[in-house]
Amino acid sequence: MSIRPVALVPAIAGVLLLAVLLFPICWMLAASLMPESRLFESRPFLPTAVTFEHYRALFDERNFLVPVRNSLLVSGLTTLVAVPIAALCAYALARLRMRGKGLVLACVLAISMFPQISIVPPLYLILRELRLLNTYPGLVLPYLTFSMPLGVWLLTGFFRQLPKDLEEAAMLDGATRMRALRDVVLPLAAPGIASTAILTFLYCWNEFLFALSFTLGPDRYTVPVAITLFRGRYQVPWGEVLAATVVATIPVALLVLACQRRIVAGLTVGATKG
Amino acid sequence: MAAIVLTGLAKTFPNGHVAIRNVDLGIDDGEFLVLVGPSGCGKSTLLRLIAGLETPTAGRIVIGDVDVTAHSPQLRDLAMVFQSYALYPHMSVRDNLGYGLKVRRTDRAVAAKRIADVAAALDIQALLDRRPAQLSGGERQRVALGRAIVRQPKAFLLDEPLSNLDPALRAQARAELRRLHRTLGATVVYVTHDQEEAMTLAGRVAVMRNGAIEQMAPPLDVYAQPVNTFVAKFIGAPAMNLVPATLVGIGTPSGALAGIRPHDVVLGAHGQIRATVEVVEPRGHDSVLHLRLDPPGVEPFLAIIAGSAVPPAGAHVFLTLPVDRRHLFDGRTGARLE
Amino acid sequence: MNHRVTSIEHAETRLAWLLVAPALTIILLVSLVPIAVTGWDALHLHDLRLPWLGQPFIGIDNFVEAANDPRFRAALLHTVAFALISVPLELVLGLGLAVMMHAATRGRTFVRVSALLPWAIPTVVAALLWRFMFDVQTGIVAASFRTLGLVGPAFDWFVHPRAAWFPIIAADVWKTTPFVAILLLAGLQTIDPALGEAAEMDGAGPVRRFITITLPLLIPALVVAAAFRMLDALRLFDLAYVVTGGGPGSATEPVSLYAFITLMQRLRFGYGSALSVTAFLLTFAFALVWVRVLGRSITGARS
Repeated sequence: MSIRPVALVPAIAGVLLLAVLLFPICWMLAASLMPESRLFESRPFLPTAVTFEHYRALFDERNFLVPVRNSLLVSGLTTLVAVPIAALCAYALARLRMRGKGLVLACVLAISMFPQISIVPPLYLILRELRLLNTYPGLVLPYLTFSMPLGVWLLTGFFRQLPKDLEEAAMLDGATRMRALRDVVLPLAAPGIASTAILTFLYCWNEFLFALSFTLGPDRYTVPVAITLFRGRYQVPWGEVLAATVVATIPVALLVLACQRRIVAGLTVGATKG
Repeated sequence: MAAIVLTGLAKTFPNGHVAIRNVDLGIDDGEFLVLVGPSGCGKSTLLRLIAGLETPTAGRIVIGDVDVTAHSPQLRDLAMVFQSYALYPHMSVRDNLGYGLKVRRTDRAVAAKRIADVAAALDIQALLDRRPAQLSGGERQRVALGRAIVRQPKAFLLDEPLSNLDPALRAQARAELRRLHRTLGATVVYVTHDQEEAMTLAGRVAVMRNGAIEQMAPPLDVYAQPVNTFVAKFIGAPAMNLVPATLVGIGTPSGALAGIRPHDVVLGAHGQIRATVEVVEPRGHDSVLHLRLDPPGVEPFLAIIAGSAVPPAGAHVFLTLPVDRRHLFDGRTGARLE
Repeated sequence: MNHRVTSIEHAETRLAWLLVAPALTIILLVSLVPIAVTGWDALHLHDLRLPWLGQPFIGIDNFVEAANDPRFRAALLHTVAFALISVPLELVLGLGLAVMMHAATRGRTFVRVSALLPWAIPTVVAALLWRFMFDVQTGIVAASFRTLGLVGPAFDWFVHPRAAWFPIIAADVWKTTPFVAILLLAGLQTIDPALGEAAEMDGAGPVRRFITITLPLLIPALVVAAAFRMLDALRLFDLAYVVTGGGPGSATEPVSLYAFITLMQRLRFGYGSALSVTAFLLTFAFALVWVRVLGRSITGARS
């Protein structure tokens, strides 16, 4: 098969696009390993020296493990709470007969469209009343505002995709709806549930506004907040900021590498249902 | 095994579609009943109503001596073989077979023996530890059957179980089904759109159209004495020819239709109707002739003649409709006339 | 109607509500209540720095103030302009990326991972990254522009009101083009390849095939992607906060950021709530119109 020159154009354009997508990440990694002085040179193109100074400062002086721990805890807890509860709701919406189903889904969708900023003040006051400001539950609760609708939306899509006759066969075999859910539906929906959990975790890990508003001190800052508040005394400490961004990106990159199929499955279920 | 009685059964879906209109049906214990009809006639809906997967808008369903109309599928003790087989993909064949027994808390030893017996009867012992994805279509079909048999239910419901098989396998599977039915003496309700399947498998056939049963009788009766033009044309392939009865000299009632099956047409140098041969399809053992009737008939007329020595295309022939093979139908209602 | 029969349906409906209840309760408590409070607050005077004034009901005064607030009007303009620039860019580039991902037979995994990384990275990380690259002292992009002579030797992107938008838009396009690409890729994969082959036999070249066959069939996916992106773009916050802080001055301040400043820094909860409510209503309406117009213009043009 001979390749016509014209056919190469989309390939070349594609490669260029990919390069543009990847370049900033590679640059971030490279720059984080450059000594501070080199960063401020006018042509900081090629790294000549490699240093781990910024990473050291990150963990020793700025105690960056604390935000990492906080982010892991909050994202993990939210996912653990949101996904199972959303799964039950989604199963009912996908399979069971009930009036007002469309209304429930429409409400869930409409609520998720609200700009986050508009619910910050009331949540702030409520959390302050409950003395939950600057605590882990104090972040998990607000995080449920977007992770529950997200979970319900995605999982309803996944459950709908499963063939109905498997549950019907189980019911004729004598299984109740709940038993059929446990024995037949959940094992088959496992990939979809995994996708939902991964996406929920990612959204929580990346969340900024709520973390910024509801945490008060470095002991509870999450990673995005901690990095943003890295303003140095005299100038932005770019070296450490970049090192922090690399550290913030690693879990994400690992998740993407390990689960890219699941992630794509989740995005396209959610999207085509829209 | 149990008898099934449906009384005044009706089902209208929430969107307004009337799927079943007033069906009265009695299936004897041990009978093999086939529900047959074109797509959309309601045969699958009727099956699902019996199973409990749909709830009727009116009427009663009695299985054995129990009114199960308000019972969920779990409580009806029926087994169903789905068109897609619906095997649990994440379980082994053995676990698939045993799932119904496990849910009903059957004693493990009893369950194991039953599974072994059924596996032997269906020749699937070698597959017991495999997953459905690793099986061929024919193997999956047998596992689906096995799952139903193992349950020893009151009746079997089969929803087009052969339609996903290769045509070559289908004949073999049909024979196996007949053999199983004889051995088990089971009550079977079988849904298909293939009239040949219906004719070869059924003890009785129920021909359905638009949510109602047009005729229910043993296959040969439906073939020989169709109760209206719909049944006459649906059963038997190629379909029965229908011509205005005046062509064969029957004047009353006016507008009546005369029917003759292609196999029963007599061709000769003399006869009641003149026709021209348009196309000849030699099939080896016999030939199909497409005829254009001289008095302009409405539809293409088919005749099947044994052998290959037949009038060629373009030839003029005469058709006779033997009286004992001829059917008469009312022109307006389509109902059979005696 | 046989009432005994509907008991099966009743049991099912009861189970359904039982399963839905926990999720619904959480959503109502955690989202609906605060939204209602915000709506309530918008109708009251609620300034945390002036607690002695109480929280009197003032009707639509907050909204009137918002309508006359030049900073709010500017913020609206910024937000809409940003959305109108970046979303079409993302759609076009995303389409290109999707076509390429669809055509790639080898290295599919590599392509997908490369496409997912920018999307998966925290927005603030992306923001910092692009802030860094445009920085007058350390930024590689800034340096490249200077080297290519496109800007003056001491040009600082973050000092010029218009130029400051470049890093923000660049960051947003960089981050969300892959997301759009994935949505469109799913749409591409549902198109029957036989259609393209039939067109090829009819003599249509690749460009013509793309325009007359692929593109029309992609419209549902395009509309969905456009709707999602439009809604997200109108809620711009993280990027603006981190890349420019809304500056210089308030030249790159979108509505969400202005609301945030009003609420969390100036502590004017009443007025800030009115800003949020207005922003939500306007963005919602705008997004609806955008999607309708987009969908109708494309399908209308074909019929």
